[in-house]
Amino acid sequence: MTATRHLLDYPRFLGRLLWMSTDGSWRFYTWMTVLTAIALVGANAWAHQLAEGMALTGMSDHVSWGLYIANFTFGVGLAAGAVMMVIPAYLYHDHEMHDVTLIGELLAIAAIAICLLFIVVDMGHPERAWHLLPGIGRFNWPVSMLTWDVVVLNGYLLINLHICGYLLYMRFLGRKPRKQWYLPFVFLSIFWAISIHSVTAFLYSGLGGRPFWNSALLAPRFIASAFITGPAFVIVLLQVIRRFTGLPIGEGPLRTLTSVMRVTVLLNLFMLGSELFTAFYTGGSHATAVRYLFFGSHGHHALVPWIWTAVALNITAAVLVHLPATRRHVGLLNLACALAFAGVWIEKGMGLIIPGFVPSTLHEVVEYVPTLTEWKITAGIWAFGLMVLTVAVKVALPVLSGQLAASHAAARH
Amino acid sequence: MSDILSRRTVMKGAGATLGAAAFAHAMAPLTEWSKDLTVDEFLQKHYKELTRDEMARILVHLKAEAKQKYGRDVDIKDLPPQEGVSFGYALNLSVCIGCRRCAEACHQENNHDRSTGNSYIRVLEMQQGSLDLEHGNANYDHPVPAEGKYYLPVQCHQCDNAPCVKVCPVQATWKEPDGIVVVDYNWCIGCRYCEAACPYHARRFNWTKPEIPPEELNPDQGYLSNRVRPQGVVEKCTFCLHRTRAGRLPACLEACPTGARVFGNLLDPKSPIRWVLENKRVFVLKEELGTRPRFFYFFDK
Repeated sequence: MTATRHLLDYPRFLGRLLWMSTDGSWRFYTWMTVLTAIALVGANAWAHQLAEGMALTGMSDHVSWGLYIANFTFGVGLAAGAVMMVIPAYLYHDHEMHDVTLIGELLAIAAIAICLLFIVVDMGHPERAWHLLPGIGRFNWPVSMLTWDVVVLNGYLLINLHICGYLLYMRFLGRKPRKQWYLPFVFLSIFWAISIHSVTAFLYSGLGGRPFWNSALLAPRFIASAFITGPAFVIVLLQVIRRFTGLPIGEGPLRTLTSVMRVTVLLNLFMLGSELFTAFYTGGSHATAVRYLFFGSHGHHALVPWIWTAVALNITAAVLVHLPATRRHVGLLNLACALAFAGVWIEKGMGLIIPGFVPSTLHEVVEYVPTLTEWKITAGIWAFGLMVLTVAVKVALPVLSGQLAASHAAARH
Repeated sequence: MSDILSRRTVMKGAGATLGAAAFAHAMAPLTEWSKDLTVDEFLQKHYKELTRDEMARILVHLKAEAKQKYGRDVDIKDLPPQEGVSFGYALNLSVCIGCRRCAEACHQENNHDRSTGNSYIRVLEMQQGSLDLEHGNANYDHPVPAEGKYYLPVQCHQCDNAPCVKVCPVQATWKEPDGIVVVDYNWCIGCRYCEAACPYHARRFNWTKPEIPPEELNPDQGYLSNRVRPQGVVEKCTFCLHRTRAGRLPACLEACPTGARVFGNLLDPKSPIRWVLENKRVFVLKEELGTRPRFFYFFDK
């Protein structure tokens, strides 16, 4: 086959996959309908926000980023965390993991889609996004860390789209994938996964005027917590896939991912403790934001219940993944995953973004509470991300298992 | 078999149509939003890339728009920085009484949204003997000056090493040759990274469309300064460049009843600002951050 034929055949192959993704059981249709409904509610709220202004959010000139950027930050972690399936498979030759690595890569794609949407809804003028295009707009690279984030996030998306697309297409054609066409990209994606979350941490830690973020530990903390949420999500996802598709997924990947989590939950707590020690033992104005977060300040306590919930969730999860009983009862493992996921969502989301702004740079304490509009848009984006993930997994599995192949297709016609 | 298949296809078609209709309905509020967005505005180039003719056309359009909205003739100029001028500002903390007339003058001069009472200046009531902002209070509500307090007005410091300029992903904000940091309201994407980066709380975002009664509108406007801003972009103090580039003083200075404010050309050895810098022990806020402000504070006694 010549290269030009692939140029036509590959889009046709993707088209077939997409068309196929509209077939399914009543369970699938119900799931997708519910997600569509939530996504539409979010889309409607966003349209209102764009028309009437971001005054519909709870943000202000004092707390100028909120729930959207909190979820964006968490989403980048989820995308980076998915690479925790790639590392054992390719660096440590874990063969069982190798078979399901693609699911991690599909998760990364869905998570990046979520991140990009959270940025779009946070913009006052999304229609001016073309100002970011190098050459056409005025891309302030390499000075602005935000431009680095644009580069690494879109790059990560493209790398994963290439790996998944290439491997699936070759499987579809019944050909052996050629190493030079995917292996370099797989190794690049490992390095790149670390970079997306480091750069996202540098967005915050590089700001000298915000002592709460201005910590060298921020990037390592981001990476550690990413390697909690990624594995936690995948552990549950693999079981869901096993249950609904009958794909034979062994216990190996679950065990490996649990081992990763055993380390990262402790590492994350340790680093949080280090930050707390430095802040509280030093005291003074630099600790005001941390005091506000954990104990409230000047009669303002909006984040206190959030952060203690996060601490409780993270500690419980850390205990659970280490209990011998968790090895025997998958229910306990799933509970630990859910708690860890929620704990990090709060800690790295609201617990990280908001105290950067409270107190403000002039030490005024103005609180932030997300509005209904923000919750609707946030739910809508997560629903959309789950739709992307569902469709991606749904079309990838028949190709992986050989149910859908070019030879079958040719025989039928 | 083909019957089932076609029924399925029909069902899918119905589902897709329903979905598309629901999506169109959900996005309907955007029709209102898109009314304000012309193709010319969408495609408008960055300020620094506009030719003289293009700028002239934009100004004509903006004036016509203001006439239509407010029923008044406004004058919007695009004054360039003057050769040999570099602006600096100093504030005498010994005489400032915290009356906040500067903040009010800023509110009027710069066509701020009336309902929010916005201003580029925040005045902190500070504890005598302390420069720790944590003990300051911007929301004091009692006769001034109060016993044991002094007052610290804060506005954009027009930093020479400005964190806000560094972080902007699209170069929508930059430092002009006369030292003023400006924003191209038609290029800003509204990400508010600059607002997070500024250590002095100098930037404001237009969370909604600013509303000003026509009779209160200041018709003397600058393209890069006090013209009525669009919704969804960031704005900031420009040392009133529509006034100062025409040889006048900033509105906040003219409003000050105690003469605490000193403004002028740093390159002119005979200017009052140079006299202050050479004869008073001045300091800048948060010097340790390395932002190199052009806004100085000093105590008289």
